[in-house]
Amino acid sequence: MAAFIVRRLLQSILVMLVVAFVAFLLFNYVGDPINNMVGQETTTLERDALRERLGLNDPFYVQFLRFVGNAVQGEFGISYRLARPVEDLLAERLPATLELSIVSALIAMGVGLAMGVYTALNRDGWLSRAFMFGSLVGVSLPTFLIGILLIYVFAVELRWLPSFGRGQVVHIGWWTTGLLTASGLKALIMPSITLALFQMTLIMRLVRAEMLEVLRTDYIKFARARGLTNRAIHFGHALKNTMVPVITITGLQLGAIIAFAIITETVFQWPGMGLMFIQAVQFADIPVMSGYLVLIAFFFVVINLVVDLSYYAVDPRLRVESARGAGGH
Amino acid sequence: MTIQDRDGPPSHAAPAEELAVGPPGVFARALDSDLWHSFKRSPVTVIAAVVTVLFLVGALFAPLLAPYDPFDPATLILMDGFTPPMTEGFSGNVFWLGTDDQGRDIFSAILYGARISLMVGFAAVTFGMVLGVSLGLLAGYVGGWVDGLIMRVADIFLSFPTILIALLVDGVARAVVPSAFHDTLAIYVLIFAIGVSTWVQYARTVRGSTLVEKNKEYVQAARVIGIHPGLIMLRHVLPNVMGPVLVIATIGLALAIITEATLSFLGIGAPPTRPSLGTLIRIGNDFLFSGEWWITFFPGIALLVLALSVNLLGDWLRDALNPKLR
Amino acid sequence: MSGPLLSVENLRIEFPTRRGTLVAVDDVSFHIDAGEVLGVVGESGAGKSLTGAGIIGLLEPPGRIAGGRVVLEGERIDDLPYDRMRRIRGRRIGAIFQDPLTSLNPLYTIGRQLVETIQTHTDLTATEAEARAVELLNEVGIPAAAARIDAYPHQFSGGMRQRVVIALALCLNPRLIIADEPTTALDVSIQAQILALLKRLCRDHGTAVMLVTHDMGVIAETANRVAVMYAGRIVEIGRVRDVVQHPRHPYTVGLMGSIPGLGADVERLSQIDGAMPRLTDIPRGCAFHPRCPRAFDKCRVSRPDPLPTDDSRVACWLYEAATEDG
Repeated sequence: MAAFIVRRLLQSILVMLVVAFVAFLLFNYVGDPINNMVGQETTTLERDALRERLGLNDPFYVQFLRFVGNAVQGEFGISYRLARPVEDLLAERLPATLELSIVSALIAMGVGLAMGVYTALNRDGWLSRAFMFGSLVGVSLPTFLIGILLIYVFAVELRWLPSFGRGQVVHIGWWTTGLLTASGLKALIMPSITLALFQMTLIMRLVRAEMLEVLRTDYIKFARARGLTNRAIHFGHALKNTMVPVITITGLQLGAIIAFAIITETVFQWPGMGLMFIQAVQFADIPVMSGYLVLIAFFFVVINLVVDLSYYAVDPRLRVESARGAGGH
Repeated sequence: MTIQDRDGPPSHAAPAEELAVGPPGVFARALDSDLWHSFKRSPVTVIAAVVTVLFLVGALFAPLLAPYDPFDPATLILMDGFTPPMTEGFSGNVFWLGTDDQGRDIFSAILYGARISLMVGFAAVTFGMVLGVSLGLLAGYVGGWVDGLIMRVADIFLSFPTILIALLVDGVARAVVPSAFHDTLAIYVLIFAIGVSTWVQYARTVRGSTLVEKNKEYVQAARVIGIHPGLIMLRHVLPNVMGPVLVIATIGLALAIITEATLSFLGIGAPPTRPSLGTLIRIGNDFLFSGEWWITFFPGIALLVLALSVNLLGDWLRDALNPKLR
Repeated sequence: MSGPLLSVENLRIEFPTRRGTLVAVDDVSFHIDAGEVLGVVGESGAGKSLTGAGIIGLLEPPGRIAGGRVVLEGERIDDLPYDRMRRIRGRRIGAIFQDPLTSLNPLYTIGRQLVETIQTHTDLTATEAEARAVELLNEVGIPAAAARIDAYPHQFSGGMRQRVVIALALCLNPRLIIADEPTTALDVSIQAQILALLKRLCRDHGTAVMLVTHDMGVIAETANRVAVMYAGRIVEIGRVRDVVQHPRHPYTVGLMGSIPGLGADVERLSQIDGAMPRLTDIPRGCAFHPRCPRAFDKCRVSRPDPLPTDDSRVACWLYEAATEDG
């Protein structure tokens, strides 16, 4: 098992390096950093001096190493658009995105799991069919359209919920949370549902498919042949076996949620990293794009690693590699 | 399971024949009648297919079918702007679905928009499919370090959601291309961005099938005879793999359409000069609060119905081609 | 107890499909006495496993019992509501399936699976149930049972796993066990051990066995009586010794003839020409007549009922005269 961890760690580092490389290329070679930093009147002489001082004339690999070194310490340069360090901007916006993402993930996983199990156990009921069709609609509805629809109904027409922003936030250390205020919670409702919907339908369909697959296995058949109750079979045996493959996908969903948050934040003007990223794309603010990329990659890599390790906790077949075949025939 | 003939002599298989030709394109032929039968039996699927065809026809013949050309500035009458659906505008024309702020007919705009959406969708899927299938075949058949390399790259791509990859590629392209060319090149950038974010699924499926086929005797026999490996792969592996690839492609089409709409909505997709359904929704979003709901609503419905129909088709195709469910 | 333990009367199992209704088990009747081993032999697809599934109430939809009765100890069980049948399963009728690897839930220890089964049907506490589980494991020959009880299925070899499966099937002392190909997935050397174990346990506990297999050798070694099935029907049923040494039905004759004997110098293994018909193409009259070397006119027209000859019953018109003579 230790070998497995080491291998996965190395893999993760490789992915991070590749991403860092892409980010670095972006950072250094797309557009001219100097031109973006100084005003029109700066002379060529001054630009050259600046270039030299910033080390932009150094060999490629030196610049790359410097970039990686900076990144590891959390420095990603200065935003072109806002003239502030990228890492400060990211830190400011991170809580908003994380809160939104985690709440959405919880909704998506909870509801998705419940609906998935229900539709697997009650295959032909009308409610199941309704859920399945609803899930198709959910997968066909782009996230932004859901957001727009919700805003129109609940903010414009009914005026129950705010149509943009985060509401009032409370500062705890460097973290800001909207969970502790009424307006913060109200502002969280629509964006988190919007973000959760797409993932929820995916999880539901996945759980259903897996569970149906499991219900067809020999050990379930044997369990029935032993006269175990439906409850024991469905929730004791089938559900547990369903969870093993569901765990990976669900873990990866968290990554997708963080990415899809970009769209949701744009629709609801939610002050998170995603919105900042879009604005960076629109303004060709390379340092922000590159910093966001590295941070997101880091999140994904960590999530993937945790998911892989969690397999060990769930599936005993992976754990014991030594006690094989003990006990003759 | 059993051989058909009952009265004849025992039919021992003729092994020589099997070796040279290889298994026939099983999916295409044997399932033909089953496929059609299952299609006819599901009314939802038939409706979905009809709707999709309608969209395709509408999009293809947009210039002929659209009552107005919404993008010809010469024909636009500004005072027609903000006309609600099915009411008479300033110019005396009736606009079925209303007009936007500049007097453009929404219905026509939807037809043209669907055209862009479908075009980008198909092109992106084709691009992704060709790229993915080729790489998958290569990785599976050649093996060795080529396989290792392709799979490593695939792993890296897999670490990220497709929307993010598409966003990044689009963003970088925007930064690199001078702004004068943004609008004209936007469509191609879109196609490339979406296509390149989806190749991995095809590659993995095809690679898996290739690995399975590669070890079968008829492939080895063909190699001994001296048939070029590329030919072997194309003639034998490809037909066996097309079923799952087709399912991925159909569902991928719906996803591509949605991704394109999302990118356009975010302002980094199809430009307002050649808007897709997503762009139209974005334009309309600005007027939602002042009550002109139809500018966003109808393109939104169109997008939803299109994506839903394609998804339904993909779902049906996947169930129909799944041997385990039959 | 008077009367047989299990009595199957005119059992008919159907599968409605879009091509029409398939009859997989057609008018099958037999009985099993307490403590005896009845072998059910036939090719794949002859309907033997389905008969077993029908008896224990585990037919997978759309399959259903369309006619006949199943009577256990004088009580009819084929029409019981689900929960009452559930209580019979495991408690009064047990089952063993072919593949020990997939029969056990890989995520639970064997101890937990045993204890769960015991506690479902009895009021034993966890400790008592666990003690009983260890006892059972000892009985089936698992060494160091008390320690192995916390092991997972994948930590056992194939033969050991099948012993665990047998323990699970016997843990509540059922009167009847349906064993569906219990040794087919095991190495030949292990097969003998498992069969011996099964025989011994059933003798010790007085459990009857319905032993379903395609392997005549297994039957010869383990069963008291044997029923030969073909295309969903029983063609011959009688004591093992009689059927093996003096087969009457032409199909049984062919089966016995195709078993190679040790020491005999044979150039070619004899086989029965043709193949068992598919369920959609069962011939009129006697299902076997197209392949029968002794078929005559009556065989092609009407289907023979099992006719008694001495102690066995044979479904063949050849023996019509014999029954009249008595």
